[in-house]
Amino acid sequence: MKSNRVVRAPGGLSVRLDVRAVTVTLLLLAVALTASVVLIGTGDFPIPAADVIRTLVGEGDAGQEFIVNELRLPRVLVGLLVGASLGLGGALFQTISRNPLGSPDILGLGQGATAGALIVIVLFSGSANQVALGALAGGLVTGFAIYALAWKRGVHGYRLVLVGIGISAIVTAVNGYLLTRSDIVDAARAVVWMTGSLDGRDWDQVWPLLALCAVLVPLVLTHSRGLRMMEMGDDVSYALGVRVERVRLLLMLSAVLLTASATAAAGPVGFVALTAPQLARRLTRSPGPNLVASMLMGAALLVSADWISQRAFGAEQLPVGVVTGVLGGVYLLWLLVTERRAGRI
Amino acid sequence: MNRLSAENVTLAYDQRVIAEQLSVEIPDNSFTVIVGPNACGKSTLLRALSRMLKPNEGRVLLDGQIIQSMSAKKVARTLGLLPQSSIAPDGITVGDLVGRGRYPHQGLLRQWSAEDERVVQESMARTGVAELAERHVDELSGGQRQRVWIAMALAQQTPLLLLDEPTTYLDIQHQIDVLDLCADLHEEHGRTLVAVLHDLNHAARYATHLIALREGRIIARGAPKDIVTAGLVEEVFGLRCQVIDDPETGTPLVIPAARRARTKDKAERTAKAESTGKAVAARAS
Repeated sequence: MKSNRVVRAPGGLSVRLDVRAVTVTLLLLAVALTASVVLIGTGDFPIPAADVIRTLVGEGDAGQEFIVNELRLPRVLVGLLVGASLGLGGALFQTISRNPLGSPDILGLGQGATAGALIVIVLFSGSANQVALGALAGGLVTGFAIYALAWKRGVHGYRLVLVGIGISAIVTAVNGYLLTRSDIVDAARAVVWMTGSLDGRDWDQVWPLLALCAVLVPLVLTHSRGLRMMEMGDDVSYALGVRVERVRLLLMLSAVLLTASATAAAGPVGFVALTAPQLARRLTRSPGPNLVASMLMGAALLVSADWISQRAFGAEQLPVGVVTGVLGGVYLLWLLVTERRAGRI
Repeated sequence: MNRLSAENVTLAYDQRVIAEQLSVEIPDNSFTVIVGPNACGKSTLLRALSRMLKPNEGRVLLDGQIIQSMSAKKVARTLGLLPQSSIAPDGITVGDLVGRGRYPHQGLLRQWSAEDERVVQESMARTGVAELAERHVDELSGGQRQRVWIAMALAQQTPLLLLDEPTTYLDIQHQIDVLDLCADLHEEHGRTLVAVLHDLNHAARYATHLIALREGRIIARGAPKDIVTAGLVEEVFGLRCQVIDDPETGTPLVIPAARRARTKDKAERTAKAESTGKAVAARAS
């Protein structure tokens, strides 16, 4: 059980690592990268993994280079970034609400982003970029609404979940109304967007997401020790010298931004934010938010789900959101059954 | 001057005022116990002293500085708090939980020093949970769990330690166990302890300084032997009682009056309110 390794250097530097958690994290990274390489090689024009890697380091032939670097790599990168953002956002939400159901999926952030996107599609027939901006705005507005309504001397798990479910219901109704108002072309576009898809994603989606992650991930990770203390309740963490309100506000904001921008890039991909942190925690068997492991689990899950959807149904047939929805739904049921057995629900 | 004090604080949750213009000194190196009836503001006072609750007026001073103006980690290295409710994260081991008490001494690059390791071992040994180090906290009994939380507060290595009802939900043996531990910490290490306790007899036995609170005001303060009298108990708790010497320790022991005597007393008081003359006559007969 006790598998902590401590690395100490002269000058007071010391780092503590949980061996199992580090191993799991490295394995997840390997899985995510392997799945990415395989996914890049998959399609109407299959490319062997060795050629994919050769092309990625810049030694492939011109034809492969075009397919890999221009067509498939951006799609895979968007998948990795979206998965990582959702995994990290979900882990933050679940830890802050101390409830696995306190995930962005359940809280209606995805629905809120969808509403933003639908408004742009249906009312303004906007371009893809405008739809993404609409989704981002919708997600942020929903995030603030949840925060404002659930906020009373700190966020409490059940209140956050209940408020989120309420908001989710309202926004779903609005979305339904918008769909009935739309003509058939817009409606078809909206439905595809709403399932969550990586189809046709290119470098334009990669850069903003990458920039956001480059800022938010380090910011979140430097506050992870405080977040770990907050698992024990606000009082204990105050007593230990964590500025609870500040840390919570900062991390909630980061989580909303990560989730909203992931949704803006790929649509509301279902259940990754809910399942990735739970799966990561069960693998590392370590208490604490497991932020890095959740992030990599999200990336691995999303890329694998995309591979499954392409493999089983062909590149444009089945949006990735359908696969993660099915996988996530089954997992959620399993979680509810086991939690019930353990007497926690 | 004492290290921890509250000066003219007004404490309120939202609009509900719990205490007004309350001033409290926590004597250095004392084992101070705060007692009083439910909802008298005991826990609220403790929360204010540990900067969980910001006073609407007045100030709480720690080492001469307003506690809210100090850095959070610095306060956490001086003053520890064991709150009434705390949550053990799923699947955490005793050793890990106690280790989290080292947080205020750590930083991003100084995560686990040899000193941290030593203090955690020592804290677990002192509270008698060293042999449980590898066990999961959720498997433990209530008494063991409370010791683990105390060990975590000890690992914080603070000269002042505040405990909010540390004996609630424990059976009598474990209550005494926890109080003995507190007395040891106070006596052997000269730590200043402040505890909120429900049991007046425990308070009288263990406290070196007692604060009796009622409706947000201090009714009496001082050594239990000097202040615990039948009159005080009646005034603070509205309970008629006798106070005798504890045969074990010689400290005051509160024996509530028998039910019949109290009902009679109550009837008398009602009668007195109705007609003073009649009541006097009734007592005389």
